Amino acid sequence: MIPKPESLFSRITERVLGFSAARLRQSLKMGMKSLWAHRLRSLLTVLGIVFGVCSVIAMLAIGEGASYEAQEQIRRLGSNNIIIRSVKPPEEQVTTTERSFVVEYGLRHADIQRIRSTIPGVKVIAPARVIRRNVWVANRRADCDVIGVVPWYTDISSVRVKRGRFFTDEELNRDMNVCVLEEGIAQDLFPITDPIGQSVRVDADYFRVVGIVEPRSDPNGKGAEEKTDQNTSQPQGAPNRMYIPLTSSKSRFGEVLVRRSTGSISAERVELHEATVVVADLKDVVETAQIIEEILRSNHKKKDYEIIVPLALLRSAERTKRIFNVVLGSVAALSLLVGGIGIMNIMLATVTERTREIGIRRALGARKKDITFQFLIETVLLSTTGGILGVLLGLAIPFLITHFAEMRTIVTLWSPLIAFSISAVVGVVFGIYPAFRAANMDPVEALRHE
Amino acid sequence: MSDDNTIVRLEEITRTYQMGAVSVSALRGISLVFRAGEYIAIMGPSGCGKSTLLNILGCLDRPSTGRYYLGGLDVSQLKDDELSAIRGARIGFVFQSYNLIQQLSVLENIEVPLYYQGVPEKQSRERARYLAELVGLGERLDHKPNELSGGQQQRVAIARALANDPLIILADEPTGNLDTASGKEILAIFGDLHAQGKTLVLVTHSDEVAERAQRVVRLRDGKIEYDSET
Ligand SMILES: Nc1ncnc2c1ncn2[C@@H]1O[C@H](COP(=O)(O)OP(=O)(O)O)[C@@H](O)[C@H]1O
Ligand SMILES: [Mg+2]
Repeated sequence: MIPKPESLFSRITERVLGFSAARLRQSLKMGMKSLWAHRLRSLLTVLGIVFGVCSVIAMLAIGEGASYEAQEQIRRLGSNNIIIRSVKPPEEQVTTTERSFVVEYGLRHADIQRIRSTIPGVKVIAPARVIRRNVWVANRRADCDVIGVVPWYTDISSVRVKRGRFFTDEELNRDMNVCVLEEGIAQDLFPITDPIGQSVRVDADYFRVVGIVEPRSDPNGKGAEEKTDQNTSQPQGAPNRMYIPLTSSKSRFGEVLVRRSTGSISAERVELHEATVVVADLKDVVETAQIIEEILRSNHKKKDYEIIVPLALLRSAERTKRIFNVVLGSVAALSLLVGGIGIMNIMLATVTERTREIGIRRALGARKKDITFQFLIETVLLSTTGGILGVLLGLAIPFLITHFAEMRTIVTLWSPLIAFSISAVVGVVFGIYPAFRAANMDPVEALRHE
Repeated sequence: MSDDNTIVRLEEITRTYQMGAVSVSALRGISLVFRAGEYIAIMGPSGCGKSTLLNILGCLDRPSTGRYYLGGLDVSQLKDDELSAIRGARIGFVFQSYNLIQQLSVLENIEVPLYYQGVPEKQSRERARYLAELVGLGERLDHKPNELSGGQQQRVAIARALANDPLIILADEPTGNLDTASGKEILAIFGDLHAQGKTLVLVTHSDEVAERAQRVVRLRDGKIEYDSET
């Protein structure tokens, strides 16, 4: 015979608590009644818990969202990649504002060669040059990063061809005037016609569009745009990108870039703006980065390059997140502690106030255990009600933040569950002492209490 | 030594309160036997130990020395939980100040002792309704105590005392807070209960009240001064 679930549950509660399920239900009902009798007081009592729980959930959601964004940005750079970029050394930056002369700095093809021949595990190296230019179609204009890359750039970056194709090895070798546009700029320049097969003009050169790539989903990502002209009118944000063969970039735009900044003209010669090293095994990424650093250091007089290791960034982002969680956990624990003390305080007052009732119940057959249970249930009901309110509020806040501040928030399933369970535990922990006090009153004394 | 219908047997009960260095002897050797169906009035001047005796009879308090048999069971040295069980099942209390639970309705107040005996909700509700009607409060089931007169509240308390069909009903000055008319009503109910064969012990100051009882026990300074039985 299989016992009915009801009676099984009843037997379990009987064993564990010394009460049947029916008693438990009755006690819950009684507890709710007595809390409802003092609605306002109950509400004020649980506010601490409400805000504690709510802030835990909301802050976790904001933190999760922020860390997700950061990790996404880093991941988009590719965790197997090591990115090397040319950086203008600071001394030169000062002098160029005063005088005008050609500054030479940055990565060279020779560096790439050296890296390639020194490190065997390296799969592909895709050098890139970045030049900021206006791109024209008839009298339509778009400000744009013109990026010289190699055909296999798509294999190692997050750039995905949407329509058409990327340019080929042959087009690279013959430094042909072909280009691939990002979807955004393609729409700006060709609002009604199909851009593929059409031409765009940069300075005096015309480039035939062979493909469209998907827009990068990280508008503020650490793309190559940071290393380009600073004197364009384009506001901070995402310059559109146009990809052309690396060879074409060199032959059309030369090796010297002239730029005008307030009052002075400066020219700089940069062979390569960016190169990406792809490491086959994730384990070797950090070590390879160190070797590259070593190679570059011994061949460059100044530190005119930077090495970005997305994997290391990812790791440090994870570490940051862990620290954030610890801080958050402490804040949460503290606020729940304060909330719990608030509840205990009120429950102690309630116990004193209801001394007479306790005496009556004891006279009518209540055991100490029954009294303990009654007050404990009330405290737990209070704190879990606070927990539920807190969870609801805590779910609403990230929603509102996402809605109005357009910030990404992520509510994980476990955060409301944990926050709620903690509120229940707070109820038990801080309810025990008042309940115990109530149960241990002498019945005769309690009955005499005014 | 005791006949079959003995309900209460007290043997040399004493109760001493320790107040720091001073000890107060509230009861100094009380021996009594109550039989089933008796209606006993306990009288005596204020401070003579009536309430103390009633608390011991009701298992709310334990004697310092002596033995107390309730329905044949020695309850003088039982554990706290066991005393609770006995109070719930065998004793019915009626207090001078009614002692109803304010946030509960008439019906719910009557149900309290049933709740602690684990009576299922439906049965308990039925029994409470029956008792409320018995004491003439059938129309006031959902009223709160503060919506009732003193006499009505005391009737609720009597209904509550009857809930578990106790061996003995103990009342400490049940008419002490009531006007004469209400007091008479309450005494009439006690009279009915006695007629039905219930065992009643009633503490009172009033000779008029005592007259209705079948037996009077008079205390003085924690000792029995007079017992109409002997
Ligand atoms: N809790 C207590 N602590 C100390 N003394 C008490 C306590 N309860 C009662 N007494 C003393 O015991 C004696 C009897 O009290 P009580 O039984 O209440 O008298 P009655 O009900 O007859 O007026 C009194 O002297 C009283 O002061
Ligand atoms: Mg008294």
